[in-house]
Amino acid sequence: MTALDLVVTAVDDSLPDVRSVTLARPDGTTLPSFTPGSHIVVQCGDVANAYSLTGDSVQPTQYEISVLEHPDGAGGSRWIHALEVGDSVSVLPPRSAFAPVLRARKHLLIAAGIGVTPMISHLRSARQWGRDVELLYVHKPGRGAHLDDIAALTDAARIYTRRADFLAVLADVLSTQPFGTHLYVCGPAAFIDDVVAAAVEHGWPQSRIHFERFGVGALDPGEPFIVKLANSGTTITVDSGVSLLEALKANGLDVPNMCRQGVCGECRLTVSGGEIEHRDTYLTDADKAAGDAIMACVSRAASSELELKL
Amino acid sequence: MTASLVSAPDLVERFPFPFATDQYRYSTNVGPAGAVVPTPVGKWGDRVIDIDSEYEHELALREQILKEDPSRYAALPHMRVACWDAMLTLMGEMVKSYPGVMSLTRTGDTWHWRNGRLGIAQDFVLGDESTLPTEPLAYIGSQVQDDIVLLDQRDGDLFGDAGVVTFAADWSFGFDVGMTFLEIHGPVPRLRETGVITRAREFLMRLQPGEIYRRINWTLTVGRRLDVSTERYHEWGPDRVMIQTVDDDEFGRLVHLRVELQHLIRLCESGAICFLIRTYMLPFVDVAAVPAWRARAAAVLAELPDDMADYKGIISYRDRAVAWLTRRG
Repeated sequence: MTALDLVVTAVDDSLPDVRSVTLARPDGTTLPSFTPGSHIVVQCGDVANAYSLTGDSVQPTQYEISVLEHPDGAGGSRWIHALEVGDSVSVLPPRSAFAPVLRARKHLLIAAGIGVTPMISHLRSARQWGRDVELLYVHKPGRGAHLDDIAALTDAARIYTRRADFLAVLADVLSTQPFGTHLYVCGPAAFIDDVVAAAVEHGWPQSRIHFERFGVGALDPGEPFIVKLANSGTTITVDSGVSLLEALKANGLDVPNMCRQGVCGECRLTVSGGEIEHRDTYLTDADKAAGDAIMACVSRAASSELELKL
Repeated sequence: MTASLVSAPDLVERFPFPFATDQYRYSTNVGPAGAVVPTPVGKWGDRVIDIDSEYEHELALREQILKEDPSRYAALPHMRVACWDAMLTLMGEMVKSYPGVMSLTRTGDTWHWRNGRLGIAQDFVLGDESTLPTEPLAYIGSQVQDDIVLLDQRDGDLFGDAGVVTFAADWSFGFDVGMTFLEIHGPVPRLRETGVITRAREFLMRLQPGEIYRRINWTLTVGRRLDVSTERYHEWGPDRVMIQTVDDDEFGRLVHLRVELQHLIRLCESGAICFLIRTYMLPFVDVAAVPAWRARAAAVLAELPDDMADYKGIISYRDRAVAWLTRRG
């Protein structure tokens, strides 16, 4: 994939902790179109982070992202928050992993916090094509992102600043949707888990539930495990809070990698023994069931030991 | 090359000769679009939408076929966005290939399309069907030589849910509408067993927006007949018997190497896959005018296993075809 070399044309810091950044080509020409719900991977100094695109999707002349600052994160969001107008930014072209389902009769969007960002392009697309859409958005008081966009794009938004208020209506919302509705969830991991669990409890099939985890806080640190390299017989310990990719790199193994969020597919490795806890969004369900491939950046061992063909 | 060519020179110079080796088997032969492939007499592959000297003739033929049999066009209701998406994307590809002749510009919500080759200038608003003379997929289908199938991706599978297909090689689009990718390819021998078709499906499902790949398929057809659809089998089926009775000169003029250059595009707005099938045909007499093509085609046809020759509908005249090509050497 060829990176796009863009420049910052605007920053908006009007919300506490959240910065919206507008990127464009230096010559202002058209950027690749993207599917609603798409993200770009931004090279933020030493780390690469995925951020949802919130602007126009059809032959756009600019890309817009909104980034919550994680003071204790790996540094990507702090790098974004230090950008100035005119700075150069390298991004990978848009990737789609959270698209509206064309055949859905209705699209129910449920977001929390900065997880609202992929919903904005869903709402734009819904308005352009006349799709039936409904948004539930939970955010902390005074911290709502893209509220103006939401107001401009839909009349069917319900916004909550207290979690209890949201939870009070969730069951009713999930149990009164027309048949053929698809659910899209984005927010912190615990929020996604809660909403998905509630949907399953109300009889929603998995095929109608879609969620996006990345970009909204780190995955849990995971249990430590031992990885054995089949070719050399070497064993390496992967500590809790350290990724398999990082552990391999620390032991001098150069594994190709890019997004480090289980999205791009670069760091795929072949597994020859042990159980895998898949935490990526790249491998298909069939790949995951086969159990012979792992995305080293996010996934871990489900057993105490994992053997890699390395 | 001699002056005795049956085809217009550009049809020979841009012919995508399909055989890279002396043996042909099904494979997941997919590669990035756009790479130029030189041939002994020209080149192909540099354009996603290729327009040649048959353009006006083939478009008129398509219009006629659609008039007589509307089932060659279909778009299930949920494919509306994908149809607009395909139209816009193919217009963009036409502009890339023929920048002086085609243009697509935008003023606010209004798009301006110009197809200089056909003398078309059309303003339209994305998503507003009333601003086009026909539905968007039919509209773009009347301006490219390619057959078009749009695949929706959902529930971990691909579904052929829209398209305009008038030049099908021994299949029926109307019959296949709404089927999964594997169902559509069900009749092809060896595809399932070898895993070729499931690998192709996995590959397609991972295509990212804007990515374009291509593959090649081929068969033999009697006569320069583009519409060899199942619907018209009663018209062209008997040719497979007739061809065994003609003399050698007639055989060389009638039997065509038929090549499908297929492009696969992940559409950006809808996330659907646009599958383009562009059919090129060259009579044996023109194939044989290029010594390397003649020898290679003879070798491939001689070696082709019976089940594959049978599926391609050429088993009854395959031996004659091999003998014809060999004698021309």
